Amino acid sequence: MPAEPVGSLEVVELRAGYGKTLILDGISFAVPTGGRLALLGRNGVGKTTTLATLVGQTTRHGGGMKLDGVELGGMNSSGRAAAGLGYVPQTRDIFKSLTVEENLVAGLKGRPRSALEEAYALFPRLGERRRNGGGELSGGEQQMLSVARALLGKPTVLLLDEPLEGLAPVICDTLMAALSKLDMTIVLVEQQVDRALDFADRVVFLDRGRVVHAGPAAQAKADPALLERHLGVALAA
Amino acid sequence: MTSVAERPDPMSDPVSRHTPPAARRDLGWIGIPLVAAVGLAAYWLLPDDLALLTRIAASALFVLSLDLVLGYGGIATLGQAAMFGTGAYAAGIVAVNWINDPFAMLAAGGIAGGGIALATGALILHARGLTLLMLTIAVGQIVQEVANKARDWTGGSDGLSGIDPAPVLGLFRFDMFGRTSYLFALAVLVAGLLVARRIMRSPFGLACRGVREDPLRISAIGGSPKSYLVALYAVAGVFAGVAGALTAVTSGIVGLDSAGFPWSAEALVMLVLGGTGRLYGAVIGTAAFMGIHHILAASDPFHWMGFIGLFLIGIVLFLPGGIASGLERLGGLLRRKEDRA
Repeated sequence: MPAEPVGSLEVVELRAGYGKTLILDGISFAVPTGGRLALLGRNGVGKTTTLATLVGQTTRHGGGMKLDGVELGGMNSSGRAAAGLGYVPQTRDIFKSLTVEENLVAGLKGRPRSALEEAYALFPRLGERRRNGGGELSGGEQQMLSVARALLGKPTVLLLDEPLEGLAPVICDTLMAALSKLDMTIVLVEQQVDRALDFADRVVFLDRGRVVHAGPAAQAKADPALLERHLGVALAA
Repeated sequence: MTSVAERPDPMSDPVSRHTPPAARRDLGWIGIPLVAAVGLAAYWLLPDDLALLTRIAASALFVLSLDLVLGYGGIATLGQAAMFGTGAYAAGIVAVNWINDPFAMLAAGGIAGGGIALATGALILHARGLTLLMLTIAVGQIVQEVANKARDWTGGSDGLSGIDPAPVLGLFRFDMFGRTSYLFALAVLVAGLLVARRIMRSPFGLACRGVREDPLRISAIGGSPKSYLVALYAVAGVFAGVAGALTAVTSGIVGLDSAGFPWSAEALVMLVLGGTGRLYGAVIGTAAFMGIHHILAASDPFHWMGFIGLFLIGIVLFLPGGIASGLERLGGLLRRKEDRA
């Protein structure tokens, strides 16, 4: 029998926020196994809150979110990570007091240390700097470390919150090249719209906590009026 | 995962390239042989002070347990003596009533210390900061009061005496000069350091350090911060319990003060003096505190605590990371000098 497909994510009428403050007002979207979704929108529309809600770091007021058909709402953050959600937050969540290698070991979750070689193979730069402290890394290296550590947990769905923020273009290229080679479901929140649309196969635009458009990424890229309407920007030709 | 093509390296800016590697704060592989060598040297050089050296070794193991909790886990506690005292009483009671083999006594102490830490840690570690501090003090006082009331087992305020450990491995008797006591204590301390180093470099230990830095990040990578902290508290409880048992083995008596608040506070002073989150800071701080205490108390028995206070203020002001951080800085300077040469 073929293996069950894993990594399908479904969000239904999700309402969530911080305490009593509602940020997401009934958003719905689905990402099939292996799909790549770009979650776009202006600042403050709820993109980061969507990812934070998926990993259980906000207050859910209603709606549901399922990973491979299993409801995540009743699980805490660690339970969701164990269920297969990998999260790379906007703040480059590395442990600055630990070395690169120690950061990775902390994310092994019972896997053997030999698994670290996977991270070094994906990002050779981390291998070179394995004995450096997390606080001694450049922004790009910190982002690579954050992604590599999330991947060591063998997630089936990877949630990336503005991974390219503040990085030099050439580092963005390196990072996106690495991400493109990952064989898993990915939800990407990103301000660099052109890169996000090149990377994703589908796109969801958010505005004021609601989904205002969903469709193929290529179609959105070819529609300047759509981008202008939902993002207030037009892509460079 | 597959490799990403190498690119010109814009990330290797000169500043980060020349930043020294993250400090191996536990001195790497050389630390433990160094402690053993210094300990053995002290055995030969200070034969008249073996009782003091034995107390330093046992206390260092206790302060090491506090380092695991506070330095690595970030758990604020002034009740670590609860585990030390429980371990000491458990070892003493086992020796007086059932079996007086020193290793069995250590095992009893470790189990008792770890057990009480696990039970209380699961209850109190949801709290943070000052609330947690108060709860740890309360646990210490409860343990002390229980020991006081259980006179039949503990001797109450008179202390538990009559502890007469059997020879180590059936071969080495605990002699009146304290030679066996000291070497046994030193061996247990070195073993404790080895185990602690191993634990803190394991994925569990690193995750505990991660919890200290940011519990949310640990949740995001699938760990449970509270479970890690409770487990670390219990592990440190085992260390404290073994340290208490070691004191019972080497001194032959257990008193109520072994579980008291002053002993917890004194351990904290020793740890801050030596440097937190370094393992060896516990050994250095304990040796410095007790050594200075020994010298000053002999020359000025009334004001020695004042000198200790001044010393502590000086360390906190000029070496906020403790004596160990001063040694690390010195090592860094020497390395840079070598690099330039």
